[in-house]
Amino acid sequence: MATIDGDYMGMGLRLDDLDVENVEYFKHCAAHDFHLQACNQCGRFRYPPTTACPWCMSRESTWKKVEGKGAVHSYTEVHHAIQPAFRGKTPYMVLLVDLDTQKGQPTADEALRVIGNLCTPDGQLAPPDLVKKVGVGTRVRMVFSDVSAGIALPQWTIDETAQQPAKPWRYPQE
Amino acid sequence: MPLPRQEVDGTTPKYLRDKYAIVGVGETTYTRGSGITTRALGTWAVRNAILDAGLKPSDVDGMLDYSGGDSTSATFIAGDLGLRLNFYMDCVGGGSSTEALIGIAIGIMEAGLCKCVAIYRAMNGFSQVRIGGTGARSAAPVSGDMLHNRAYGWQSAGQSFAPTFMRHMYDYGTTPEQIAHVKMFHSRHASNNPKAYYKKRFTVEDVINSRFICKPLHLLDCCVETDNGTCVIVTSAERAKDMKQPLVQIRGVVGRCNKPRLDMHYQHGPISTVAGYYARQILWPNAGVGPEDVDVTGSYDAFTFTSMLQLEDYGFCKKGEGGQYVSDGTITLGGKRPNNTSGGHLCEAYTHGMNMVIENTRQLRHDVDDSCPVGPNGKRQHTFDYSEGGCRQVKNVEVSANLGWANPATTSAMVMRKGW
Repeated sequence: MATIDGDYMGMGLRLDDLDVENVEYFKHCAAHDFHLQACNQCGRFRYPPTTACPWCMSRESTWKKVEGKGAVHSYTEVHHAIQPAFRGKTPYMVLLVDLDTQKGQPTADEALRVIGNLCTPDGQLAPPDLVKKVGVGTRVRMVFSDVSAGIALPQWTIDETAQQPAKPWRYPQE
Repeated sequence: MPLPRQEVDGTTPKYLRDKYAIVGVGETTYTRGSGITTRALGTWAVRNAILDAGLKPSDVDGMLDYSGGDSTSATFIAGDLGLRLNFYMDCVGGGSSTEALIGIAIGIMEAGLCKCVAIYRAMNGFSQVRIGGTGARSAAPVSGDMLHNRAYGWQSAGQSFAPTFMRHMYDYGTTPEQIAHVKMFHSRHASNNPKAYYKKRFTVEDVINSRFICKPLHLLDCCVETDNGTCVIVTSAERAKDMKQPLVQIRGVVGRCNKPRLDMHYQHGPISTVAGYYARQILWPNAGVGPEDVDVTGSYDAFTFTSMLQLEDYGFCKKGEGGQYVSDGTITLGGKRPNNTSGGHLCEAYTHGMNMVIENTRQLRHDVDDSCPVGPNGKRQHTFDYSEGGCRQVKNVEVSANLGWANPATTSAMVMRKGW
């Protein structure tokens, strides 16, 4: 089986060629262009890549460009890294971001919630002083961490042009 | 003993209520460094449960177990103990499998496949495969669906559940101090449990001042990975009546009930609501009781937060009031409805849910294995003095509820009753 392999901070990433949904997803990311599957039947976007539509069960979809903008829905801040690749990077942030696209659809509790680390605009994991600025409600925009030909990871950085909440919610203990 | 709300019906036929019983429980010593295989741990635990039930090896003709590829098949455990099985199956699963497999055991006995089922979990959860994902697991190459989580340093249970925990604090104002009470109370329970790996009592301040693992989890918000084997034996209440132990009957089970979008459950909120919201709509009607009828709970404490979230979404308090519920004294021994009286995963041992079912079975027998003196009749004379090193038997306990957790989107549960 052919694979696309990448090395990200010393961690091996691998795409199998049978995993066509992920191959397509990361191909667009490698071009710094965020695409998601839009269902051919009901038109809704879904995240992450899947093999059928979770709303109408259609197996047919078309990859379409989606704007990488949204707000932090929740997060964690990792101080004790589990994986070797992240041990020298603590504290790092994992953000769960509500995309503006399709937010609250098809029901009020649903959204395209896209995971990513808090990064600097060039796609590097954010330093501690930046981590302290981000919380629930922070407006973010998508950037990419390049890994290899065919793989880049979508990431989040503070959206400098957006109106930010006066005080995004953060866990009470720093 | 009549239980309230007999008229309520659920999706389980009423005739299954009380029809099956847990007749034997057993475990190994809880260690960090067992020095033996999961095969030996499983054999040890199943043997203890068979002896606890007063059964012969030939009385057990069914076996179920669960693992994530980190255990030994029933073929070896049964073979080592000389059991000839009419049914067995090795299942894939982690937390919340215990109650689900009890449900499967009831189903296969109803279908006539066998008559008495031993359910076990055997794991070197500290010395071999660490559930927290450290060791070899953390260095494995990342592919497939893991590209959307592990590639971001979002891998371990604590890391992946954290957005749910954080959002609950955001949505409802739940505080770190409220949640830390779970550890404090469970550690008090463990101090009265000679088997517990950690018997030390901790305070709220100890928890808050312990180092961060990943926010909102401090070190002491996390459970203790251990090496162990655990087993429960299920058979019909009819057969159980003549057995060695006081009868403990199963009122109702819900197994691995989910929130939508298991592929990535955060797509469907509210993310501060967990699968118990759905499961309670099966559990309580099936069991014919409600939360108010329950005397003792076993809400899965992989983390302090998981106990709280499940107690809340199964309806032991109003939505959003879980922080208050777990900190006001209700869940401690001597309180209105103690939770995890063995010390649970946070203090006794991490067993993927088995030790909480074992503990509640012993509670319903009115015979928990604490340090109370054994009387001339061979039975423990419980003092109900819950001070350190003392009793942990809940007085007059009649109904228990176990709330199992796999992740925010998957849960199992079981209601049991004292049947004697």
